[in-house]
Amino acid sequence: MNVAVAKTGNGRAVSDLFASAEGRLPGSPSVIAVRREAFETYERLGLPHRRIEEWKYTDLRALVGEVLPLAAAPDAAALKRAAEAVKAHAIAGARKLVLVDGVFAADLSDVKALASEAGFKTSRETLEKDAGLLKTASTDAVIALNAALATDGVVLSIADGVQLSAPIQIIHIATASSASAFSRSQVAIGKGVRATIIESFVAAGAEAYQVNDAVIVSVGDNADVAHIRLLDDAPDAVNVTSQFVTVGANTKLNFFNMTTGAAVSRLQGFITLAGEGSELSVNGVNLLQKTEHGDTTLVVDHAVPNCVSREVFRAVIDDRAHSVFQGRIIVRPDAQKTDGKMMTRALLLSDEAEADNKPELEIFADDVSCGHGATAGALDDSLLFYLKARGLPEKQAQALLIQAFVGEAIEQIADDGLREHVIGIAERWLERRQ
Amino acid sequence: MALLEVKDLKVRVEEREILHGLTLTVNEGEVHAIMGPNGSGKSTLSHVIAGKPGYEVTDGQILFKGEDLLEMDPNERAAKGVFLAFQYPVEIPGVATMTFLRTALNAQRKARGESEYSTPDFLRKVREVSKSLNIPQDMLKRGVNVGFSGGEKKRNEVLQMALFEPSLCILDEMDSGLDIDALRIAADGVNALRSPKRAMVVITHYQRLLNYIVPDVVHVMSKGRVVKSGGKELALELEASGYAQFEDAA
Repeated sequence: MNVAVAKTGNGRAVSDLFASAEGRLPGSPSVIAVRREAFETYERLGLPHRRIEEWKYTDLRALVGEVLPLAAAPDAAALKRAAEAVKAHAIAGARKLVLVDGVFAADLSDVKALASEAGFKTSRETLEKDAGLLKTASTDAVIALNAALATDGVVLSIADGVQLSAPIQIIHIATASSASAFSRSQVAIGKGVRATIIESFVAAGAEAYQVNDAVIVSVGDNADVAHIRLLDDAPDAVNVTSQFVTVGANTKLNFFNMTTGAAVSRLQGFITLAGEGSELSVNGVNLLQKTEHGDTTLVVDHAVPNCVSREVFRAVIDDRAHSVFQGRIIVRPDAQKTDGKMMTRALLLSDEAEADNKPELEIFADDVSCGHGATAGALDDSLLFYLKARGLPEKQAQALLIQAFVGEAIEQIADDGLREHVIGIAERWLERRQ
Repeated sequence: MALLEVKDLKVRVEEREILHGLTLTVNEGEVHAIMGPNGSGKSTLSHVIAGKPGYEVTDGQILFKGEDLLEMDPNERAAKGVFLAFQYPVEIPGVATMTFLRTALNAQRKARGESEYSTPDFLRKVREVSKSLNIPQDMLKRGVNVGFSGGEKKRNEVLQMALFEPSLCILDEMDSGLDIDALRIAADGVNALRSPKRAMVVITHYQRLLNYIVPDVVHVMSKGRVVKSGGKELALELEASGYAQFEDAA
């Protein structure tokens, strides 16, 4: 234990972070006590660094240095900027729940329209009385810090049998520069539900901000759920998100993440298949340039027999960017007939681009089919020449091949409109490099 | 008018000289056949005209419509009207053939300062041409050349030729890997594109192809040079006597 590391680079004591935030945090004294304990865990551990195995390739101490002070509650000007951002990033037809600098913005959200199909509360309301939302199965320093400082979030519950008539889009908007937003949300999905949940992370004029988000998802039996996460934060932002997902029996869960922004991002997902006969599909695309660092770390835990999990990841890495994929599949002793596979491919567009792939299989059952594969390489010169010989300029030829490369992951999004929206974000990323 | 003028062209690949001063002039409306044994430099010539990387031109020049082709990127050459039908067209998984065709056509038109094709006009044109080449519509939805047979790949090359309307078509070993029926369909497609404004250079090892695409001029290449030129009867002569006589001449 080394308490000295709890001092930040500029000499500001880490404990000031909690002291200055405390007045803004919801919670009764007993909830605050849970937060204080979580903060002490964070103080003891400090930001994760490369000597912690799970964070080996994403050394937050080196990449981020210090945690910025909590963003002030958004004022009228910030909300106005956020409203513009909502217009630009809302998915047509979706019901919006908007968080501005980690604080729920009722005026920008479609709470009324949602009411007939889903239960909704803010995390702030929930946390006033009950610390349950702050507890998660696994924890590390960033999760503990989130528990300590989570200001707000959304708490959604979709009752058994509900077929959502429209997707729900949770939009995280940053308006405050050089500040942190901590949010924690919960999505409880009942049995037999059909739902599409989208999360978007964007900036409205903010620079050099930090996001620490946590999401707790439970999906009941016989459900069919698409969960799409689109990270398009400002180029100098930091986004660390932890997701805890539990899946019931005979359920289909299709998760997709795309990262097209943030200087440093990490998505760590802890997914437990807790009911038999379920199919989990986890797909991701990292589009990184300049010195961006994008990390996807997944733990898929087959706790019961007869589940299928598929992970398909594509990283496109330009300039001096760095993509990390860590995928662990755990097959518990009872989880016979598990079928778990992951495939990750990195496309390196420059000599200085870096990809780290770390697949891990921990198999304790004997009748399973598990596998993983990883490749890294450049664009194929013979394909590029063919396209150029047909009139496509170099960058356009590259763009077409890059789109094809990420296409296999994007194709897993079943909804046509949503898939087109995601392709649109990828195209804008490609245009930025031309 | 001379469309393509290759003058005393010397080309190296990895320190080894492949073309040792090749000269060739192709006029508008003409169909030239270039024949020669394996390793004579036929494919190298086609690659250098199209601008494939990896070839070093150490001497000579290539003029296309009077302009220096070697100064242009491959995409600029395509926009100017140079089309290479590949001996082995590549497969591009994930890029739908239709998307590829439209992107390429519009890129060429944009480079020439022309307006982009409207979608209905484009679709009409593709349907019309693909029908004449016996290319089913569902093939156009698949990835470029993915899962295509040898004949389908070559027909896809001819389809592009018909769509892009180049003024110079270079057909690199179009007959390789094709059975006689596939060859006839592809050759019929090529013949339909013969026009007084368009020239073709047909590169082939065998005389067989020239029964279907009848050339105006036949050149024999050996050891990196054109060693003999003549009328279409030269191809028949070669078929009877082989290339051995020219290997000595070079």
